[in-house]
Amino acid sequence: MTASLLFGLAAAGGALATVIGVAGLLGAGGRVAVAWLVPLGGLELSLDPLGGFFLALVGASTVPASIYAIGYTTGERRGVLAYLGFVAAMGLVPLAANVMTFVIAWELMSLASYFLVLHDRESDESIEAAWIYAVMSQIGLACVLAGMLLLIATTGSVSFADWSRAAPGLSSGARALPLLLLGLGFASKAGVIPLHVWLPRAHPAAPSHVSALMSGVMVKLGIYGLVRASLDWLAPTPVWWGAAVLLAGAVSAVVGILYAVVERDLKRLLAFSSIENVGVILIGLGAGLLFRAVGLGSLAVLAVAAALYHALNHAAFKSLLFLGAGAVVHATGTRNMNALGGLVSRMPWTAACFVFGAAAIAALPPLNGFVSEWLIFQALLQNLHVARLELNLTFTFGLAALALTSGLTLACFVKAAGITFLAVPRSEVAAGAHEAPVTMRIAMVLLAGACVALGLGPTLVLPALAGLVGPLVGAELPALGDGLTVRVSGEFAALSPLALTAVLGIALLAPLLGLRLAGASRRTRWYETWACGRMLQTARMEYTATAFSNPFKRVFDFFYRPAKRLDIAFHPESRFFVERIEYASPTRPLFEEWLYQPALAALTGLAAVARRLQSGSANAYLAYILGALLILLVLA
Amino acid sequence: MITDIALALVQALVVAAGAPLLVGALRTLKARLVGRRGPRPWQPYADLAKLLRKEAVVSTTTSWVFRVTPYVLVATMLVAAVIVPVVASRTALPFAGIILLMYLFLVGAFFLALAGLDSGSAFGGMGASREVAVAALAEPTVILAVFALALRAETTNLGGIVARFAGEPSLAASPGHLLAFAAFFIVMLAETGRLPVDNPATHLELTMIHEAMVLEYAGRYLALVEWAGAMKLFVFLTLLANLFFPWGVPSLVAPAPILLGLGVLMVKLALLTVGLAVLETIVAKLRLFRVPELLAGSFALALLSVTAVFLVP
Repeated sequence: MTASLLFGLAAAGGALATVIGVAGLLGAGGRVAVAWLVPLGGLELSLDPLGGFFLALVGASTVPASIYAIGYTTGERRGVLAYLGFVAAMGLVPLAANVMTFVIAWELMSLASYFLVLHDRESDESIEAAWIYAVMSQIGLACVLAGMLLLIATTGSVSFADWSRAAPGLSSGARALPLLLLGLGFASKAGVIPLHVWLPRAHPAAPSHVSALMSGVMVKLGIYGLVRASLDWLAPTPVWWGAAVLLAGAVSAVVGILYAVVERDLKRLLAFSSIENVGVILIGLGAGLLFRAVGLGSLAVLAVAAALYHALNHAAFKSLLFLGAGAVVHATGTRNMNALGGLVSRMPWTAACFVFGAAAIAALPPLNGFVSEWLIFQALLQNLHVARLELNLTFTFGLAALALTSGLTLACFVKAAGITFLAVPRSEVAAGAHEAPVTMRIAMVLLAGACVALGLGPTLVLPALAGLVGPLVGAELPALGDGLTVRVSGEFAALSPLALTAVLGIALLAPLLGLRLAGASRRTRWYETWACGRMLQTARMEYTATAFSNPFKRVFDFFYRPAKRLDIAFHPESRFFVERIEYASPTRPLFEEWLYQPALAALTGLAAVARRLQSGSANAYLAYILGALLILLVLA
Repeated sequence: MITDIALALVQALVVAAGAPLLVGALRTLKARLVGRRGPRPWQPYADLAKLLRKEAVVSTTTSWVFRVTPYVLVATMLVAAVIVPVVASRTALPFAGIILLMYLFLVGAFFLALAGLDSGSAFGGMGASREVAVAALAEPTVILAVFALALRAETTNLGGIVARFAGEPSLAASPGHLLAFAAFFIVMLAETGRLPVDNPATHLELTMIHEAMVLEYAGRYLALVEWAGAMKLFVFLTLLANLFFPWGVPSLVAPAPILLGLGVLMVKLALLTVGLAVLETIVAKLRLFRVPELLAGSFALALLSVTAVFLVP
């Protein structure tokens, strides 16, 4: 009961944070400082439009996740405190106004989520996931801290406000290194390829409401850091930085979705798809930074606003999908799609919500994913106003990557929704599944509603986002259309989701009416699926997740490098009878093999060399101290 | 506003009514080319009427997804018919452009693939898997090919693109344009399930893509699916005709020019249909896993055509 109460409290806090965040987004400011509590500048929080946007994102996602948790955890107390700490820390990150506050909030967020990833302490997989997550988030923090220390050294202040004041006067040399370090640190939190290795392990290991927040919100705080560093602390950024962000986004988008499409673990599939969406957001952000670097301010506003819009949309549909996947795990106890199927008749609400989320993430009009991808496409097309060939080619690379991603995302989510929910159950647990409890359903319906609202309301959301980005970029706002229609560059492009929905509705009525008018037969006979006259329909006739993605494995085999293993045990009497066949075709993790293993090997080698210094003899250590002292004296 | 609504209705009507004739004419032509008499061009209308009279057999394993899909397919194709400039170089929906059009096709692919999986048979799953694989590889090419045109015309409004190229025919003869045409033609074959990617006349399940996916449909549902398929072919051919050969598309929306535009469109479609029939007669179906190579080739062409916009001013 206490647990439910605490989750209810978290939901209420989330709602409050949303209100404060939206107020901040629309221009309300505020500042709270507690100087005595911690050293180095004390705690200081401030609310500005950018921070307000991300605070609202955290708050609005916390509400459904917390409501969902009431039904999902069934009163279990373990993990509640970590959850509250996690949510609170995420809310503090975008408000932090100096280094100390930021680092405390950032570390609290990492630490709390570490405990949540470790929720299932019995499984080796969770332990490994938590360990890799801890290492990667500390490496990320080290990069962020190093970047911040450099900035403290150049500006002489720990307050972020001083940094943004000093930013325009920085030399390009003083800008480059902090930019790179902060970029690496924040990109690792956002799960950008190749710093993503922790993400597909950690996100699925956590309980599903936490997975939803980690994928929907926590990775966005990495994006927040990138936006803050690029548009505030170190603005204006050079051209190479914008190009680097755009290219990193393009690679993340394509590689993320390529891994997602062959995944058969439902939650891992969603985690890989988060990497893809972060890539899409970075394509938009990178385009904005490039526009700004070449002096096209109002196009920069468009591109960055589109990226933030996609961040918001991704929070809505990815939370929805993770909560749906959680309901499936809750009902069946498995995340393996090859053991699922047929859930649409057993869990109709969850199935409908999941199909809805899948349509949104596949960017089907008129839902929200389509609107933000449309905006990012339009922003990229505006590169026709940039008169530099190498930048045009960079933009074109982004366009090609985004186009490639859109098709693969469709395939990925047809698979996720179709194999998990449709047709006949592939296992007994799936056959015995039950619908999720009412709180979980409420949470999913809320998020599905958000997907519709964000899809229909770009004329409300977009001006608010442009109003946020405009002052940061220092450009006047582009005309973004009127009450119903979003416009880009005057006559270049227009989109009106509301009118489109109306037209689609009319078009849906047309075949219904047409059939009636044509006097079509209305009789329906229910009969079993036809399949060449065999006696029984069983789940073994169905396509599985692995079979479904096989064409992709073959087409992109240069990327997956599948290793085939075939074990056939023959009958001892005759080798024409097979007792058992085992077939496995795992894909090889490219980045682990080519980047992390060599890096780890180098680190271990280095450690072995360093160990020789530590002989354990006190005399040797005294000699080291003497040597160090002498060197220092000589240097001084 | 009134002219836009009238234009929208005319276009939806032209596409919806003309699509079965297009498919019928294509079949007749192909039959004649291989020396058969073949069915009459208006046979598809009779087929649709027959299907509408029959009862629908629906598999017990299926869900609402299976029954909703045919309606969604027809609806998206009707909206697509209104977005594409069919009889005038003006988009009846001023708030819609090429990106929306491409994603509308994805809506159809999404639901159809889910419906294929919903039947629970191996054929449905196989068709769905292959269809999304082909769509996933064809989609980026289509997007890039039309972007090449949009960048040159400086608008993503389809009517605007057609009007721009009709006004300046020299633009339409640029190398980038030709590359985009080649890329678009190849993916048109893939998206509408024609040879050499898919064989619309096959009845051997193992080689099917599209047909395997819709195997479970019957009666009125099958009629809607077939009709939507015909409309997709009509829309793609119209897009090809009016985007790459924009001559004779009237810019004025009034009864007389519209009739003229309809006549011009019919001539263009007749030529394209003959070309398609000849092509389908002389090429053999590609092995399934050779198809990606073809699509990758067309993707490269499309990428080149976008790059050419910046290289060749």
